[in-house]
Amino acid sequence: MNVADSAPAMNNLIGSDADSQRTLYPYVTGTSVVGIKYKDGILLAADMGDYLACHDSGSYGSTLRYKTVERMKSVGKHSIIGASGEISDFQEIMRYLDELILYDNMWDDGNSFGPKEVHNYLTRVMYNRRNKFNPLWNSLVLGGVKNGQKYLGTVNMIGVHYEDNHVATGFGNHLSRPILRDEWHENLTFEEGVKLLEKCMRVLLYRDRSAVNKLQIAKITEEGVTISQPYSLKTFWNFAAFQNPTVGAEGSW
Amino acid sequence: MFRNQYDTDVTTWSPAGRLFQVEYAMEAVKQGSAAIGLRSKTHVVLACVNKASSELSSHQKKIFKVDDHIGVAIAGLTADGRVLSRYMRNECINYSYTYESPLPVGRLVCTQRSWKRPYGVGLLIGGLDESGAHLYYNCPSGNYFEYQAFAIGSRSQAAKTYLERKFETFVDSSRENLIKDALFALRETLQGEKLTSSNCTIAVLGIGEAFSTLDQETVQRLINEFEVVGEDPPAEAAAAPDQSDGAEPGPAAAAADDDDQETPAADQGAAPMDI
Repeated sequence: MNVADSAPAMNNLIGSDADSQRTLYPYVTGTSVVGIKYKDGILLAADMGDYLACHDSGSYGSTLRYKTVERMKSVGKHSIIGASGEISDFQEIMRYLDELILYDNMWDDGNSFGPKEVHNYLTRVMYNRRNKFNPLWNSLVLGGVKNGQKYLGTVNMIGVHYEDNHVATGFGNHLSRPILRDEWHENLTFEEGVKLLEKCMRVLLYRDRSAVNKLQIAKITEEGVTISQPYSLKTFWNFAAFQNPTVGAEGSW
Repeated sequence: MFRNQYDTDVTTWSPAGRLFQVEYAMEAVKQGSAAIGLRSKTHVVLACVNKASSELSSHQKKIFKVDDHIGVAIAGLTADGRVLSRYMRNECINYSYTYESPLPVGRLVCTQRSWKRPYGVGLLIGGLDESGAHLYYNCPSGNYFEYQAFAIGSRSQAAKTYLERKFETFVDSSRENLIKDALFALRETLQGEKLTSSNCTIAVLGIGEAFSTLDQETVQRLINEFEVVGEDPPAEAAAAPDQSDGAEPGPAAAAADDDDQETPAADQGAAPMDI
């Protein structure tokens, strides 16, 4: 009724008790996901490395802890999702999505959720959690094909969402999207699409310190979903500047 | 015989396994003025008779837009009909908000609720989804059925007889012919009264066409068209040409005059409701 009455209630919300219930920082994280539309559907690429966050409140770096985590999964018959950020939150999202698809299938009426519906549902979930100050700490790429229509979108932990012909999360936005803006075009074949994605992932491998050289490509077409076996990219490190890196700056390392 | 003992409460079964309150609610549908629905592969047409209670008053709205791709025509207690329309609109909006996509009509019709009494209104729901155009009838018992064409309300038997003759042609019918068939069926329920645009309402929806109610001019023009032609049913195969009003057989004709007091027992029979 009065301000005096509500003050103690307010304190509980901001107090340390409540903090233990919400995500304050991510703990096991994956890095960029890159996605493109191509002639027959959608291609997604993501590496398989997950880093454990630093062990104390100061900054000590992180550890490459998990090297076989699949960050891309299929959702129903028509969609695939790729996630970067906190992996446990991604697992939670997968539980929501699996339940969504289950209830959709239970209607058994010839209607099914396409990638657009799944993307919008996810947007609602992410935005709602953000409004409660308890976000799912992820950036997601959602793509699929339904009735010949290709769809590719992204949504992140604060609920920002959009669709485009090519999308990326995290560092991918800064390093890969410029490449895609120059080199993406409608009617890429599968081989061309994979080559383009590999080019993007290679740049990320060189420049993103949390990238690892073990990646998967996921493909979705009207026929269905395929997620490739993990493989590595060829890299080149014999640049002259790397041979004697301190030659111009004695004392550095 | 024991009808009156077990009919006070919607939660009481009769010894014969019937819920009389629900059956009574279904009677209320038969008292309402007629509503008709037909569908083709791509379109659904809803039509209803609009009887104003007196010359001074306007008529009640009986066809409602639930979403761009779903419309409903009601017969019975229009107040209950409005409550249900509002609920359905809400469901559609919530679905659209979450999924940015239209609610498939088949998922809308199986959401009925039970309050203190059954709703005394029958709903003809026309809508589109992935698999094309659909027409459903939702009755107070909570059951719903899908139809190619159907009619509810008073003197609907006359319309149903017409529809039964013609329904096989509806699947591939054009939009225009579907509307004309609806007007024909509607005219059957008027039993001699002249069909004009002021005593009926027509609404159409289809693939690529959002739900809309036809304006009076268009309806009058369509009525004039088939009256001029000599009251033959539009294009299509066989069928005895539809003669002028009054020659239509059917038990409803026996009920003569204008009032809505037909004897439901004679018309539909006091059959247990289909489960």
